[in-house]
Amino acid sequence: MRIKCPYCGERDLGEFTYLGDADVKRPDPAGTGAEDAFFNYVYIRDNPAGPLAELWYHGGGCRSWLRVVRDTRDHEIESVALAKPEADKS
Amino acid sequence: MRYSAFALLKNGLTGNRSWTQAWRKPEPKSSYDVIIVGGGHGLATAYYLAKQHGITNVAVLEKSYLGSGNIGRNTTIIRSNYLLPGNTAFYERALQLWEGLAQELNFNTMVSQRGILNVFHSDPQRNAYVRRGNAMRLAGVDAELLSRDQVRQYLPLADFDNARFPVRGALMQPRGGTVRHDAVAWGYARAADQRGVDIIENCEVTGFRIEGGRVKGVETTRGYIGASKVGLAVAGNSSRVGALAGLRLPIEAHVIQAFVTEGIKPLIDHVVTFGAGHFYVSQSDKGGLVFGGDIDGYKSYAQRGNLPVVEDVAEGGLALFPGLGRLRVLRSWAGLLDMSMDGSPIFDKTDIGGLYLNCGWCYGGFKATPASGEAFAHLIAKDQPSDLIRPFSLGRFRTGAVLDEKGMGAQANLH
Repeated sequence: MRIKCPYCGERDLGEFTYLGDADVKRPDPAGTGAEDAFFNYVYIRDNPAGPLAELWYHGGGCRSWLRVVRDTRDHEIESVALAKPEADKS
Repeated sequence: MRYSAFALLKNGLTGNRSWTQAWRKPEPKSSYDVIIVGGGHGLATAYYLAKQHGITNVAVLEKSYLGSGNIGRNTTIIRSNYLLPGNTAFYERALQLWEGLAQELNFNTMVSQRGILNVFHSDPQRNAYVRRGNAMRLAGVDAELLSRDQVRQYLPLADFDNARFPVRGALMQPRGGTVRHDAVAWGYARAADQRGVDIIENCEVTGFRIEGGRVKGVETTRGYIGASKVGLAVAGNSSRVGALAGLRLPIEAHVIQAFVTEGIKPLIDHVVTFGAGHFYVSQSDKGGLVFGGDIDGYKSYAQRGNLPVVEDVAEGGLALFPGLGRLRVLRSWAGLLDMSMDGSPIFDKTDIGGLYLNCGWCYGGFKATPASGEAFAHLIAKDQPSDLIRPFSLGRFRTGAVLDEKGMGAQANLH
């Protein structure tokens, strides 16, 4: 598996660190149902067999956080983008 | 047919023509009292359902051929060297069952209690292992702390004066060891089959029929099969199969790799783990060194890993045993892990009546097989957990009573 970093180009997997699901958001502790929301946030996982958007950190290169869409069945990477603009959008 | 030295001799002298099939290949019936999904722990579960609870109208559904999943992909190690009370008692029960398994199943499972040595390399690590060893002994499990000189007796090959990771000693569990994993699958399959259990291979579950909050049966690639109770023991595919019944679980599927070298003369007599990285090794009866290390660290259903972990495992191995550097690796493969959020397994009923869950095995599913089967059979037959598996409830994540062996919090890359 190699990841095509938008800055650095295609790089070896060993340069990257994995965080996990890119679309999980920390719930609002003051919100309603915060206890349930935190339980889900901390413990429960979507664990799809198929394409999954995830965060990878390019610590061995440009030190950017990347949003990588990767198929968990065969490790094929569909897209790689910088995570920041995506995060700013939401 | 009962296996014995006499049967071996008789068949050997008569051209091996009268051996019978070890288990039948039945067509699925229209319905069963209990369906177990997954031909790993599921085989053990079906065996103990039949033997201890008299429930024999049982089917085990395996999506591929028997032994194709994790029961044939692990590195065959058995041990009960855990720290936390819930884990120690459970894995010790498993180890006790392993000790009598060949006689129990009338199948040579090749249980070899060659001892497991957890080598340590620093004072803090020694403290941690002293604590673990004491916890084990308090729970009635065998554990010995070995000095550096004692380790030298066991592992003359190790690099004792490595500049970064000098060997300071080891925690040993003498009763730990290895088992032939294929024989476990075949032995349980044969013994369950003899008690009337149907083992149905190449039968993948594609859905559940649930009416009024109760499970009625499963849709499979070989058609619909009705059941009063369904037990899931599908390890790495727990989230996937659970999702078919609407379950969301505290599980991530990860991939772990294992390796075997060319066969060599007896070199490593025990199971040995490196303490400063993640590497463990034992030698198979054919002479190959069977070894592995960390999970790859990202979610995967691919049953194959990537090169950075291969490099990492090899580095760990050579830091402990530099003499292995010239060995050629013959094969590598990977299995799917159902990594739970505290590193401990999950046994429980679900919100759906008649649907039972057995998952969250992380690295440690194989060594648990007999106890897992026994406890899961109890849960299904009695509709409540035995005391041994009460700590492994699904509800523990909500109440905070997690069994976090490493004390590292909710993440899926722990064990």
